[in-house]
Amino acid sequence: MVYEEFLIKYAEIGIKGKNRYVFEDALVRQIRQAVKPLPGEFTVFKTNGRIYLKASGYDYEDLIEALQRVFGIAYICPMVRVDDPAFENIADAASAYLKEVVPEGCTFKVEARRSVKSYPMHSMELAAALGEVILQRVPGMRVDVHHPVVTLHVEVREGGVSLYAKEIPGPGGMPVGSNGKSMLLLSGGIDSPVAGYMIAKRGVKIDAVYFHAPPYTSERAKQKVVDLACQVARYAGPIPLSVVNFTDIQLAIYEKCPHDQLTIIMRRMMMRIAERIAENSGCLGLITGESIGQVASQTIPSLTATNEVCAMPVFRPLIGFDKNEIIDVAQKIGTFETSIQPYEDCCTIFVAKHPVTKPNLKSIRKSETHLDDVIEEMLDKAVETAEVIWCEPAP
Amino acid sequence: MREIYLDNAATTRTDPEVAAFIERLSTEEYGNTSSLHLKGVEAEKRVREASRILADILKCSPQEILYTSGGTESDNLAIIGTALAKRRTGNRIIISAVEHAAVARTADFLTEFGFDVVRLPVGPDGIVRPESLQEVLTPDVILVSCMYVNSETGAVQPVAELAKLTHEMAPQASFHVDAVQAFGKYRIAPGRLGIDLMSVSSHKFHGPKGVGFLYIKKGTKIRPVIYGGGHQSGMRSGTENVPGAAGMAMAAKIAYDGLEEKMAKITALRERLREGLLELPDVTVNTPEGEFAAPHVLSATFAGVRAEVLLHALEADGICISAGSACSSNKPSPSATLIAMGVPEEALSSTVRFSFCKENTEEDVDETLASLKRQLPMLRRFVRK
Repeated sequence: MVYEEFLIKYAEIGIKGKNRYVFEDALVRQIRQAVKPLPGEFTVFKTNGRIYLKASGYDYEDLIEALQRVFGIAYICPMVRVDDPAFENIADAASAYLKEVVPEGCTFKVEARRSVKSYPMHSMELAAALGEVILQRVPGMRVDVHHPVVTLHVEVREGGVSLYAKEIPGPGGMPVGSNGKSMLLLSGGIDSPVAGYMIAKRGVKIDAVYFHAPPYTSERAKQKVVDLACQVARYAGPIPLSVVNFTDIQLAIYEKCPHDQLTIIMRRMMMRIAERIAENSGCLGLITGESIGQVASQTIPSLTATNEVCAMPVFRPLIGFDKNEIIDVAQKIGTFETSIQPYEDCCTIFVAKHPVTKPNLKSIRKSETHLDDVIEEMLDKAVETAEVIWCEPAP
Repeated sequence: MREIYLDNAATTRTDPEVAAFIERLSTEEYGNTSSLHLKGVEAEKRVREASRILADILKCSPQEILYTSGGTESDNLAIIGTALAKRRTGNRIIISAVEHAAVARTADFLTEFGFDVVRLPVGPDGIVRPESLQEVLTPDVILVSCMYVNSETGAVQPVAELAKLTHEMAPQASFHVDAVQAFGKYRIAPGRLGIDLMSVSSHKFHGPKGVGFLYIKKGTKIRPVIYGGGHQSGMRSGTENVPGAAGMAMAAKIAYDGLEEKMAKITALRERLREGLLELPDVTVNTPEGEFAAPHVLSATFAGVRAEVLLHALEADGICISAGSACSSNKPSPSATLIAMGVPEEALSSTVRFSFCKENTEEDVDETLASLKRQLPMLRRFVRK
């Protein structure tokens, strides 16, 4: 069966009151973006508070897969169209459709809607009449109006009638762009891409920053981060990735600060740089992949120490996740295989043998004063010389 | 920035003349050697020519050349093919402890099927002592495999001596040589050296990638491992890679033309680098001296510097080298060769390889030394604490 039209159902947008159109428009935009690279003709339109996608000359599996990455979609419903709304036509189409898509002998009900009030039958009448026809023509079907296995939806609209019974689950969440933009601190690890995915799921557009430390980190490590950004972009849309050259700062910290505080001070510097780039590009928050207690730099005192240096809110969607739960998401969104490639990032290169797990804020601040004479200039330079790589969604 | 390519043991630049020849064979003389028509005959002629050229170099018969997809396939065929053919004769396989993964992992694979794999130790110079082979050569040995030149250190193995011992003490055994790093550097006549099987890879001597050959001495017992349409007398099914085989033969011909002068030049470059490195503080060289080292490889350990970091520091100056055994894959794993040589653990991750070809110059060496001299103090200041 070739479907020419899809009803796109959304969940949370429905409760957004007067701002609803903002979210709907964002969803329409995201759907257009998602189908753009696919072969075929697509039109997305909004009518009567619903979003429809018209499609022709497309590949069904590819389309559904692409739509399942568009946040804000609750269900994707492939529809059958009947151009001539005469009852017999609807009845023929409905029984043929159910015979094809529904297992034999299951329970069903019919729900009808009509936006064309001039249609000769009321919604209830239409539903009842169709139910009867289906009972006669589709073998083994039984009516159950309370807990049906299948609900056949019938919509009588201007210019035709649409039928659907299948609801393919979408990813949920909110359309990207409906909740502003934030800056993701992206390393080559497992966690940060997942964090970016989760915040994007709440409708937030993603920019990203990566800290590169040549020659201690390799071109391949950088390519790995670009690959990860492109993976996240499949859900979040194109991501501008700022690659910050972090070597000088890292070496300065290494030379002038106590070694057990290296990681914490390094992370504070990263947050400072990320926040500056975020401000410059109109981001409203920072996103990290931290999870309480996962490593020494993610204990609550350590998080407090890194949190202290920035005024922007820091979103840590994985904060209560176990590693295994993070890995599950990473596998689902296809970043896991890339994340486990064995290239060192700048967090692993300069790590101390026994880093502090309960950093003392006063002591950290005091250690940082050793950098006072150089650090401002270094931070400025890091921000100014950052290379921006535009990461398009991976195919 | 000028590119200085000192990773010729990993791969070499395809000779432009060879590349042009391959293009012509791919777009004009594109026939399948199995086709009966003119195009097929033309292609077959190209392969015959290639075999003739290679046979002349090896002083063997063209029928003793079997084309493969490269060194790894040649090694796999030599080892698995011998094991299959001689499994009723015995089940013992001897390999050196410093073999390339294509040999070592293949032998490991055979242990799953009841074969007993014995590893020959090496001295601190990375060279196998013939006495140690003597100790383990029993009549149930079916295969002895030892590389000609070690890919990581350039150490040259006494293959002729090992072959002689093998044939004396285990007459049933075949003697295999992985000559991937030696072909194109040495004149090798396997028939005269007592070699029954010898693996060669084209891209190590300015030929194309994805092609190589296995020399199989006439009469050697071996079973194919790839089955199909019975190409190459049934030893290796699959449409013949005509441009690859012809390109490889052309590259071989170029390599062996004036070989001695070229190798003398490369050896001089390697020695220039060795001397320069030894003037730097805390550098040790793992490559043996004189005739025990292949002309093109120099392995060195830079105490207190991680090999990968050193590699990227040189890369920033346009210099390409290799870290440890990184030629096999990009996974950093400690080098079996260096471990077998007894190199201390902390030195394993601080060892890099420089490897030359005829295109390198004295300036390449001098610039590399200058880059090292400039960057080493910085790199040594920052080590993991």
